Amino acid sequence: MSVWLSHHFHALAAAIKRLTRTPTGSLLSIAVIGIAFSLPAGIYVLLENLQSLSGQFSGAPQLSLFLKLDADSEAVAEIESRLKQHPDVGRFTFIPKGAALEQLKQSNDWGDVMDGLERNPLPDAFVLSTRNISPERLEALRTELVKLPQVEHAQLDSAWAKRLDALLKLGRAGVLMLAALLSFSLVAVAFNTIRLQIMTMRDEIEVSKLIGATRGFIRRPFLYFGAIQGAVGGAAAWLIISWGIHMADEQLKHLMNLYEVNFRLYHLSLEDSLSLLLLSALLGWIGAWLSVTYQLGRIEPR
Amino acid sequence: MISFSQVYKRYPNGFEALRNVSFTLETGEMGLITGHSGAGKTTLLRLIAAIERPTTGSIIVNGQNISAIKSGAIPFLRRNLGLVFQDQKILFDRTVFQNVLLPLQISGFSSRAATGRVRAALDKVGLLNREKARPITLSGGEQQRLCIARAIVNRPSILIADEPTSNLDPDYAKDIMEMFVSFHQVGVTVLIATHDVQLLGSMQPRIFRLNHGELAI
Repeated sequence: MSVWLSHHFHALAAAIKRLTRTPTGSLLSIAVIGIAFSLPAGIYVLLENLQSLSGQFSGAPQLSLFLKLDADSEAVAEIESRLKQHPDVGRFTFIPKGAALEQLKQSNDWGDVMDGLERNPLPDAFVLSTRNISPERLEALRTELVKLPQVEHAQLDSAWAKRLDALLKLGRAGVLMLAALLSFSLVAVAFNTIRLQIMTMRDEIEVSKLIGATRGFIRRPFLYFGAIQGAVGGAAAWLIISWGIHMADEQLKHLMNLYEVNFRLYHLSLEDSLSLLLLSALLGWIGAWLSVTYQLGRIEPR
Repeated sequence: MISFSQVYKRYPNGFEALRNVSFTLETGEMGLITGHSGAGKTTLLRLIAAIERPTTGSIIVNGQNISAIKSGAIPFLRRNLGLVFQDQKILFDRTVFQNVLLPLQISGFSSRAATGRVRAALDKVGLLNREKARPITLSGGEQQRLCIARAIVNRPSILIADEPTSNLDPDYAKDIMEMFVSFHQVGVTVLIATHDVQLLGSMQPRIFRLNHGELAI
């Protein structure tokens, strides 16, 4: 156990020493990793924020239910009772056709036109707000209501919320693809830095092998190096995103005040931040492992 | 104990470095391998440390069959051997102390126990006052002694040296040879490839003479 600990301690110390021995190179590698990772992570943050924003705008999506022109008061009463019992329906108001016409007549633009009509062209309508449900269930509710007797048309006021949601889903798929591609670049960065290190440390590796170092002993400092470099790169990505959010938040506050929406940008959650660090460390480790495995076989004592 | 039995070593280009070599060096014995350049001295030593594998034949080191050793077991074999290489293989980017420390780090010693052992090894070869020096500032004889300190710091039961006195003044060479004799006297099995048989003075080691890869009796 103590031998195991001592080996890992030495490997960690050696890795940190190698990282600080060439500060410029290390910083550049870390910057490359940070920038590569801040892209998908930043877009992810953006999407999360858009989602929460769309939630605020369409917090209680509205549905307008237009009845047939010849619908009588019996039909209205029946629909009213149905709506009362429905679990997804929140508040609702009934707008009789007369009231709707009055409303239109009072508006300046339409008043004259309405006066000229022989009979009221408007139907009775219900405006109802739903409970906060997913866009899919909202759509299901709409088709359900449209099938009620005497209902002509049901208009979902928050159709744009649905579109946004679909867009966000597309965006997430894009983020995943981007993350996969840039993860590969992180592995490549780790692979190459380790390859260069191994080339400059050829003598040390050869001597170590000759005096009884196992493959694990030689490999370990490189793996630590890759993981540390990756994790620090992930932290750099986190800082880049923080900086971006800080810059955008001020501008956004003005914009949102104009729309009278109280909205602040969220940063990555604690879990997401930890996942980012762990993933970048893991990718660095994988790159280092590949590099060491590939290179060490070629260094046999002469 | 080192035992060779009908060992052949043929390189891929067809060159036969060792032919039908059989000998036994008992535990605690001291042996010298002599012979002209290219006679196979270095190859023989490299086979013992499993740096190379024999083409046929068997090699037993401390009861372990080296000719059939798994590659995963090679590091642990080498930790029981003290190796002094012909080209020294000193690491010039670290101090004398750190060079000697390396084998102990590899074996997983705690730094406190290791420090004591490194100082003891440096003391034995007379380099204790140079422990913080860079190897490049050492003389040729001192560099050779550094190699010996690194080879013995693990307290191996077998010490193997390839031409440890080549490129050294006769005085320095004599020093080095006496050092090996003193290790032999405390019970270490010593096998040295060398030209300088006369350096041993009154010592009467076993001598194995190699001639074009064959052991001349």
